[in-house]
Amino acid sequence: MFLISNSIFYIFIFLSIYAQVFFFVTFLENRKKIVIRKEKTKLKFYPNVTITVPCWNEEHTVHKTVQSLLDLNYPKDKLNIFLVDDGSTDGTFEVISKFAVHNNIKVFRKENGGKYTVLNFALENSKDEFFGCLDADSFIDPESLVRIMSYFAKDKDTMAVAPSVTVHNPRNIIQSAQEAEYFMGVYFKKMLGFLGAINVTPGPLTIFRKRVFDELGPYRHGHNTEDMEIAYRMQKNQYKIEHCNDAYVYTNTPATITKLYKQRLRWIYGFINNTLDYRSVIFKKKYGNFSFFTLPTGIVAIISVTYIFAKIIYNVLDFIYTKIVLFQTVGFKFNFSLSGFDPFFINTQSMLFLSILIYTLVVFSMLFGRRMSKGKWGVSPQMLYFFPIFSVIAPFWLMNAVYNTLLKRTPAWR
Amino acid sequence: MSENNIDWKKYLIVFIITILLFFTASYLSNYFSDKKVDQIKSIQDKIAIDILSSETQFSLLSELSCKNISDSGFSKELGELGEKLEWGESNLGATDDVSYLKKYYSLLQIKDYLLVKKISERCKVNSAFILYFYTTAENCSVCEREGLVLTSLRDKYPELRVYSFDYSTDLSAVKAMLQIYKIEDTKLPALVIDDEVLTGFHGVDELDAIIKESFKLDVTEEKEVIKK
Repeated sequence: MFLISNSIFYIFIFLSIYAQVFFFVTFLENRKKIVIRKEKTKLKFYPNVTITVPCWNEEHTVHKTVQSLLDLNYPKDKLNIFLVDDGSTDGTFEVISKFAVHNNIKVFRKENGGKYTVLNFALENSKDEFFGCLDADSFIDPESLVRIMSYFAKDKDTMAVAPSVTVHNPRNIIQSAQEAEYFMGVYFKKMLGFLGAINVTPGPLTIFRKRVFDELGPYRHGHNTEDMEIAYRMQKNQYKIEHCNDAYVYTNTPATITKLYKQRLRWIYGFINNTLDYRSVIFKKKYGNFSFFTLPTGIVAIISVTYIFAKIIYNVLDFIYTKIVLFQTVGFKFNFSLSGFDPFFINTQSMLFLSILIYTLVVFSMLFGRRMSKGKWGVSPQMLYFFPIFSVIAPFWLMNAVYNTLLKRTPAWR
Repeated sequence: MSENNIDWKKYLIVFIITILLFFTASYLSNYFSDKKVDQIKSIQDKIAIDILSSETQFSLLSELSCKNISDSGFSKELGELGEKLEWGESNLGATDDVSYLKKYYSLLQIKDYLLVKKISERCKVNSAFILYFYTTAENCSVCEREGLVLTSLRDKYPELRVYSFDYSTDLSAVKAMLQIYKIEDTKLPALVIDDEVLTGFHGVDELDAIIKESFKLDVTEEKEVIKK
């Protein structure tokens, strides 16, 4: 039994290291292609773009979101902004109505139906060649759109371009932990972009050729992760998705554990269920690295995090049990002393070295992601919050998402 | 449409790199394990020399006064060796090296026990020792608890010697000890205190009382030890 459990453990460790090394090798292959533009970007031709801001009870953040769109370095007559109130119950509509004075902004109000219905509503009303969405909790860097559009100008086969999403002004430990995670996300997304294997076109500003929707159909509910479903559908139809690393979008992240938990539960539930819906693409040569790398890596990550967590819990309980037995047998004894420390007792099993390796690669991805997001190398001690917070809570939302999938319970938006 | 060419060579290269990383980790692990085994061996060699020296000293001085016989003070090292071996057994795995070291350790304990016994008889010195038999062949939670009790007693009375023997050790000297005290594997853990065999679990208070009674270890001695 011990042997079996140990072998499974090592297989998952092997697969986790494999995935990390795969990312790292991809980085080494493509590192010279990662360009971070500092100057203003200019295009020979500026195509028409519609950007939709779906709003549902966002009266506090939407103003900043729309203002960032108005400040974009992109010709005003080429950019159409749709502000769609999805049946808010607060003052959102009043806030967005004030923007109707701008020639390129249209304000709509519809009955509440969820984000994907807003996007489909906007798609029906848009005549532009390019279409994108910007969540009302995010705002963008003035250069973002033009940099994204430069990717379309470069390659007519590119069907969608995702930006680098980073955390706006992290104020507490929970948000700092997420900032580190988003840095890592930027690195992984860029590498997946090189591999042609991106599986999410994030809500905070991904721009699509509108053809995508004309040919593949409108947005779907996608288990409350419509931005993942459309990416899966595009991959299934071999549509190219790129990542523009120097197009920055800043997003407001959950500030409490409960809100973070709900958000992640929705994401992971979306991942599991979209993967189940699109299971026919797994391990099929024609779907490329998306089918051989992205999806299997995600599945391995969910299983190994859950398994490793269960093992840690077992070890902790075993430790507590030993201490209880000790207490019952000989009473309370406190005999911890540093002076008596002997390096002999440091555990030097291979697991130690493999863990060091995994952590090194993870820290590298964070640091490089940070460099891509901020333009320079740097370390902030806040990044370290990621490890305790995510390693304790992530297994719970993973297991919760698996549990909900088994019971077919769809998690709420917030 | 994008071209979804899969670079199989890359998948293979990453696989090979990952295998190499695993081998490196395993090599490092073995390297440090060997270092630890070497450390245990060197402690054993030192103890072996100490015992041999004490035996020789005892033979040389047997006709002289007992005062000249120095207290064979390697019990602490024997204790350290026991701790490291126990740790090694659970963390380095039951390798040949470890089981060899364990046999050697058992033998050293028997030699130490015999020597101490001889000195105490000849010189009428009161030596306190407990023989402890346990098993690792099966899951013996009572043995683990008894081990904790003995460790706690040894902390309380530093001059108390505890010689522990794994029932499953494949060594004729250990088997002879088992025969002498008629230890059966169904009645483990077993303790021998002052030639009396106790089986099953015995708590701290119970053993404390027996030890005080048998070896006249009392609180004054305890205080002296603390002063030292």
